[in-house]
Amino acid sequence: MTATVGQHAQAAARANDVWKVYGSGEAQVIALRGVSAEFERGRFTAIMGPSGSGKSTLMHCLAGLDSVTRGTVAIGETTVTGLGDAGLTKLRRDKVGFIFQQFNLLPTLTAKENILLPLSIAGRKPDPAWYDTVIETVGLRDRLDHRPSQLSGGQQQRVACARALVSRPEVIFADEPTGNLDSRAGAEVLKFLRESVREHGQTIVMVTHDPTAAAYADRVVFLADGEIVSELIEPTADTVLDTMKKLDTPAEVGN
Amino acid sequence: MFRATLKSLLARKVRLILSGLAVVLGVMFVSGAFVLTDTLGRSFDSVFADGFSEIDVNVAAKPKVQVNEMEGEQTASPLPAAVVDRVKQVPGVASATGIVNADGARVIGRNGKVVTSFGPPQLGENWTGESELLKLREGRAPQAEDEIVINKSLATAAKVQVGQKVGVLTAFESKKREFTLVGIAGYSGDRDSIGGVNEVFFTTPVAQRLMLGEPDVFSSITVNAAGGVSDEALRDDVARTLGADFEVKTGEQVAADASASLKEGLSFFNKILLGFAAVALLVGTFLILNTFSIIVAQRTRELALMRAIGASGRQIIGSVVLEAIAVGLIASVLGLAAGIGVGALLAFLFGKLAGGLTLAGIGVPAAAVIGSFGVGLVITVVAALLPALRASRIPPIAAMQDVATPDRPLTKVTVAGSLVTGIGAVLLFLGLSGNAGGQTLATILGGVLFAFIGVALLTPLISRPVVSLLGAIFSWSVPGKLGRLNSGRNPRRTAITAAALMVGIALVTGVTVILDSAKGSLSALAQDTIKAELVIAGQQGGPRPPTFDPSVLDKAKALPGVQLVDGEYGDMARVDGEGTWVAVSSDPASLRQIFGAKPTAGDIDRIGPTQMLASSDTATSRGWSVGSTVKVQLTRGEARTYTVSGIYESSQLTNPVTLPPSAAKDFAIPQPIQGFIQLAPGTRVSDVQPQVEALLADSPEVSVADRDAFIKQQTSSLDGLLTMIQILLALAIVIAVLGIINTLALSVLERTRELGLLRAIGLRRSQTMGMITVEAVVISVFGALLGVAVGTGLGAAVVEALKDEGITDLILPWGQMGLFLGLAAIIGVVAAVLPAIRAARINVLGAIAHD
Ligand SMILES: Nc1ncnc2c1ncn2[C@@H]1O[C@H](COP(=O)(O)OP(=O)(O)OP(=O)(O)O)[C@@H](O)[C@H]1O
Ligand SMILES: [Mg+2]
Repeated sequence: MTATVGQHAQAAARANDVWKVYGSGEAQVIALRGVSAEFERGRFTAIMGPSGSGKSTLMHCLAGLDSVTRGTVAIGETTVTGLGDAGLTKLRRDKVGFIFQQFNLLPTLTAKENILLPLSIAGRKPDPAWYDTVIETVGLRDRLDHRPSQLSGGQQQRVACARALVSRPEVIFADEPTGNLDSRAGAEVLKFLRESVREHGQTIVMVTHDPTAAAYADRVVFLADGEIVSELIEPTADTVLDTMKKLDTPAEVGN
Repeated sequence: MFRATLKSLLARKVRLILSGLAVVLGVMFVSGAFVLTDTLGRSFDSVFADGFSEIDVNVAAKPKVQVNEMEGEQTASPLPAAVVDRVKQVPGVASATGIVNADGARVIGRNGKVVTSFGPPQLGENWTGESELLKLREGRAPQAEDEIVINKSLATAAKVQVGQKVGVLTAFESKKREFTLVGIAGYSGDRDSIGGVNEVFFTTPVAQRLMLGEPDVFSSITVNAAGGVSDEALRDDVARTLGADFEVKTGEQVAADASASLKEGLSFFNKILLGFAAVALLVGTFLILNTFSIIVAQRTRELALMRAIGASGRQIIGSVVLEAIAVGLIASVLGLAAGIGVGALLAFLFGKLAGGLTLAGIGVPAAAVIGSFGVGLVITVVAALLPALRASRIPPIAAMQDVATPDRPLTKVTVAGSLVTGIGAVLLFLGLSGNAGGQTLATILGGVLFAFIGVALLTPLISRPVVSLLGAIFSWSVPGKLGRLNSGRNPRRTAITAAALMVGIALVTGVTVILDSAKGSLSALAQDTIKAELVIAGQQGGPRPPTFDPSVLDKAKALPGVQLVDGEYGDMARVDGEGTWVAVSSDPASLRQIFGAKPTAGDIDRIGPTQMLASSDTATSRGWSVGSTVKVQLTRGEARTYTVSGIYESSQLTNPVTLPPSAAKDFAIPQPIQGFIQLAPGTRVSDVQPQVEALLADSPEVSVADRDAFIKQQTSSLDGLLTMIQILLALAIVIAVLGIINTLALSVLERTRELGLLRAIGLRRSQTMGMITVEAVVISVFGALLGVAVGTGLGAAVVEALKDEGITDLILPWGQMGLFLGLAAIIGVVAAVLPAIRAARINVLGAIAHD
């Protein structure tokens, strides 16, 4: 099945019949089996699925962190498939932002320096108004001069979000950004992500395990065994949970 | 536990290789030194055994002045020809041959230059016929006064052939004399030389006159025993017949004695090499300490887990120490093997340089093996002890927490550092001020060691401000800024890495400060004091200084515009039974007029034939005053008594004792070594110099130079010494570079995720490499800065202590220091290459997924 919703809207990221095969022979693992999907601009998409279903793999392929075995991936106008290191670096600088589950920040830099790092690496100046807005939204103004070790896990993740946002990338990829946080801290981060989509038109693709987290998204794509098996628009925690339960029963896959 | 250790060792083999390499290099130095000196020693043994193999018993006159290896060559007194006949009368003697054999026969090659041997003597001998050992290869024996035979290697070096005229300088004639080369000799086993010795054979009367200075004397008598008479019995018989004035030895004894005196020099050389090995190992200790610290830090979680599942602190220490032992053992084995290779190579080069010394087989003396393993193991284990202790203190809870090990406060280290530095300073002060009660050298060395360790302990504290200051230079770029932050991140790690470089640079700087100061002070003194516009001197290429024909002095004196000419002679003599350097100035007026000597008592303007002058220091220490009588035994002739007629103030340019000109003929080298020419006011140097040059046409060993050129030439020997020390210390610096590479490589490994993150948010490969390079450069320049500072301090302290010895000016080699800092920057860049490539190659995905 192909995730079709939003085909008409302009896509920020696109996967076209993407296959990903690890290893060969006996040890061969097919992590993605012909996934095609589009992630529209200005929307918050969650990717869900059982452990080992290929969520992280799909995200890595979309972000150009990993190569695909077959098929193509594009970010905005750029075809990611086939780019060399220099091209990928440029892509990461200009079009992609990342939020990882943990270890997002350089321990030697302050929060502010961490936030501005992608811009200074690229040799760009931050747009002061946008920077202010971002800082305001993350709500860390009084913590900007602190180092990561002096921040809580939730605060660190918010700094990571701010860092991803400040360069206004085409799309932000987040792999279980709240996986290491308790529900309250997680909720803060998710609210913040949703706001940045609603108010500033940011595109976000987020991998998560947590139905509550997925409910913050505009749309949920479900993966099982390396294939997209279902999707939900305007999900709630309950509908997500329902779909997940169905996925556990192989017979109902394909609904 | 043992298996766990072994496994972890194997898992981190790459990390340990570099630190192991430091031990390997240090141990290599140790074993190389032993192997080299052992091989050379045995080679000399066999050379001498060969050289004296034809001799059953050897008779020589007792040397009048005993000289040890450090003071110069032993010169035997000649014995009268009549002794040969007395020896022949002894029953059991088959034959007795008078031998002339003395150093100082110098052949002038085709290019007009004197052939030098670079160490081994250049013997002038009488031809006593062919033997088992010595055979004519070409031509015939010398028969006429103007005929000579030389050995093959000398003929090759001089590029001369049989039938050609060859110029020769001899012990008693430093004016070229022409001979016809009638034969070329070689040795058994197809050798062209024995141990690089050059030999010139004259007819006996010529050899006696030119090499011993008088007719009818010999250097020694070679005795062959009749059949059935043992060497020892014959020796005793001959000794009994001749009495106590002669040294009678078997050939074997002579060989052993000659070899022993050379070996004394070798063992001194060995000690120097071991000193440099110690420096290299000190630096290696820092490196190992650092590696184990980093490894323990990186394994915090693993070690904590082991503690959590029941390992005791002691077991943890044990596991780290066990690792150290394994590394130490492997490194010692490799170091020993490498040292054997290096020792063999150096021995080979030495043999080549010494004109074909035939090397005895390469052997591995027990000292090399014991030294290698002792040093390699002890150093590694000692260096790993501190990290092991730290590892044992990791609480089990650390397994559950994040890796973030908090920065421990530096208070303890700083207090310890100050204390150790203080001890070092006190030791240095005691040693340098001469209050160490006979243990001066040990005290100074201990002081330097403590100072180094103390400063190394203080380095973490210093590193913060200095590193951030240094890094500020690079902060204009993002990778530069990140690199700077990384280098300031773990002050201890940065500090030890930098301290390792500090040791080498500090020693080089210190030595440079001392030698430059010595050089500067000496040349300033010479410039201020020596009132001679022209100087005759040559470059010393072997144990014997270059000499020239004394008649040049008189001829130079007669040149228009020349006011005063002085020829300087010198020798070790026994003065009142004590070995003392004595000198002769051919014109004693030069003492005041050329060398600026100031009388403190008596008259120093002239010296009567039975009078002598002394320096104030010598006079004080020997209790002499004007009128004292002093017994002087020179190398030749009978002991004689001189009366002290004047005393001059001691200075760098005065000799302890000055004898009347008539004494020079009994010196071991009865030829002037240097000549000083003072011109009349208004005379142009360039007018006189060519005329003196012409006078020296037949004394090719020396040349005439103006005073400044002479001073430069004299102090240039210090430059050679400096270069040698720098080369030997370069090893310590190489080890320090390994340390930087190691620290960086380990840091890159440790920061894999961080690097992955940076790459994920858009850091280019080249920028990643730039970041690592900046980190390396900051560390190495910091180390060099410390080294230059500590070295300057040490050097200045030594110079201060040597004020009384004439090193009056402290000269700081700014150019050199700048060079070291520049070099450090290059070292940093070079050290960063591999870690930087590694960092740039980090797979972004792998780094993020890596747990
Ligand atoms: N480097 C790799 N080599 C071999 N197989 C891999 C590799 N990375 C992932 N896989 C396999 O690919 C499949 C998909 O993995 P992926 O990490 O995308 O799952 P996921 O959906 O993110 O799971 P989780 O929810 O546990 O994070 C799994 O079967 C995994 O074992
Ligand atoms: Mg995953």
